Amino acid sequence: MTVTATTPVDLRAFLHGLPGVDEVGVEARAAMLATRSIKADAKAAAIDLAVRMVDLTTLEGADTPGKVRALCAKGIRPDPTDPSCPSVGAICVYPSMVPVAAAALAGSGVHLASVATAFPSGQAPLEVKLADTRAAVAAGADEIDMVISRGAFLAGDYRAVSDEIVAVKQAAGDAHLKVILETGELATYDNVRRASWLAMLAGADFIKTSTGKVAVNATLPITLVMLEAVRDFRDRHGRQVGVKPAGGIKTTKDAIKYLVLINETAGSDWLSPDWFRFGASSLLNDLLMQRSKIATGHYAGPDYVTLD
Amino acid sequence: MPKSSTRLTVRKTYKLFIGGKFPRSESGRTFVVNGDNVALASRKDARDAVVAARAAFGGWSGTTAYNRGQVLYRIAEMLQARRAEFKALKVPGDELDAAVDRWVWYAGWSDKIAQVAGGANPVAGPFLNVSTPEPTGVVAVIAPTSLLGLVSVIAPAIVTGNTTVVLAPEPQTAITLAEVLATSDVPGGVVNILTGRYPETAPWLATHADVNALDLTGAEPGELAAELERDAAGTLKRVIRPPAGSSGFDADPGLRPMTALLETKTVWHPKGY
Repeated sequence: MTVTATTPVDLRAFLHGLPGVDEVGVEARAAMLATRSIKADAKAAAIDLAVRMVDLTTLEGADTPGKVRALCAKGIRPDPTDPSCPSVGAICVYPSMVPVAAAALAGSGVHLASVATAFPSGQAPLEVKLADTRAAVAAGADEIDMVISRGAFLAGDYRAVSDEIVAVKQAAGDAHLKVILETGELATYDNVRRASWLAMLAGADFIKTSTGKVAVNATLPITLVMLEAVRDFRDRHGRQVGVKPAGGIKTTKDAIKYLVLINETAGSDWLSPDWFRFGASSLLNDLLMQRSKIATGHYAGPDYVTLD
Repeated sequence: MPKSSTRLTVRKTYKLFIGGKFPRSESGRTFVVNGDNVALASRKDARDAVVAARAAFGGWSGTTAYNRGQVLYRIAEMLQARRAEFKALKVPGDELDAAVDRWVWYAGWSDKIAQVAGGANPVAGPFLNVSTPEPTGVVAVIAPTSLLGLVSVIAPAIVTGNTTVVLAPEPQTAITLAEVLATSDVPGGVVNILTGRYPETAPWLATHADVNALDLTGAEPGELAAELERDAAGTLKRVIRPPAGSSGFDADPGLRPMTALLETKTVWHPKGY
């Protein structure tokens, strides 16, 4: 099935024809996988992979050019005392900060993501959203994190949501499009599955859990449902889509739980910064502290990493 | 129903005291001391205790000195109320009295130490120059065995706003003291007590980059203590050694135990002309 060939009725029929999610089962499976113990060399490798997967994010009204430049410097070289420490996957900022970040990141190989489409609520006319997207891309963003209209989705107007993603994808041009489902507002796992498929059918390159601005952000079970969706989507359509949990992932332990989840659900093809990202800010410091614990043999402390 | 011997004894397991709770060791290990099962702390318990102590530091150091004094006095009250339990653990009566008195003594110092350890400095310039003492941070303590010794290392650390991770070699006394602390309005995490063998856990605390000071009062003098001191130097911790030739804790402790765990902040303020 392709989106262009469908009528609203087909799309609705398809999304509602997806099998329901076994809530108890998915939570039990996520909890079970979270108990895996990753040690020694595997842990060191997992930490470096997680660093490379971080979308180092600052999305505050109080963001200043100076803060964004500092964050970019940190993203390029997270641990200045250790040249073997990899750079993060991307820096994620508001559109108004994209020019500053683009200048700071030039030539570093670190991607530049910008939220767009009236982030975080998505409650703006389509023209505004498209202009937001074009402005971010023109200023140098090579990844766009858009939000879906949860209001339209929950009202059952799937066609409107789908059309909007298609239009933003077009406006984004070559930039990678991450579609934020804001799962904390979708209420059920069934809706998460439907929204994942809807976004992928409409052309999303990544599906992302949350904005980080609502009470419930990324959780393991929600990410599990989304990983199943991208796996099934590739089986069916031959196109691989990435996943990005965002918000509330603060510790190395959390990050490693997600890596286990990827490997056991979607498979090792997704264990790459091209196909999986963490939307996070404080996670990076914890990863660096764990990295230093492995390197030095003693516990690290927050006095030895930057205050962001 | 007749009084019979069918009633089962309620046996007590002495657990750790971390973040205001009494968990078992994450390692699941226990050892037996005088017929009681006692949790045997591991390095991960020490790590968790440091996290709890760090989390408690902001709140406790931000509490007013007056309020901290009230909390310390409350500890004295609760210790007084639990005399029987300590007597059952064979703590002598006069040592118990001294321990209660020591809490009261330190409680009194809470809002006075700043005047003694800080003050206005005369400077040759148009500035108001003021020094104030601030708590060092998270203090790892290798505690002595006696109740009075334990109180004499914990009280001076917390009265000024530090938080502590205490390695206690005499587990029953220490955990019973933890039960006193847990019922005295001491916020969870201000005092964390780990029972077990300090040679196993102390090196992890001595090298821990989020521990700011190390008190070796209860450590046997020797190679391990020297090694701990060297480890502590790696992250520039303050180290407290027991004064040479000191024995017992009966003497007036003086201000040194408190001032050893304070940092001085000096502010230069222009006088405005």
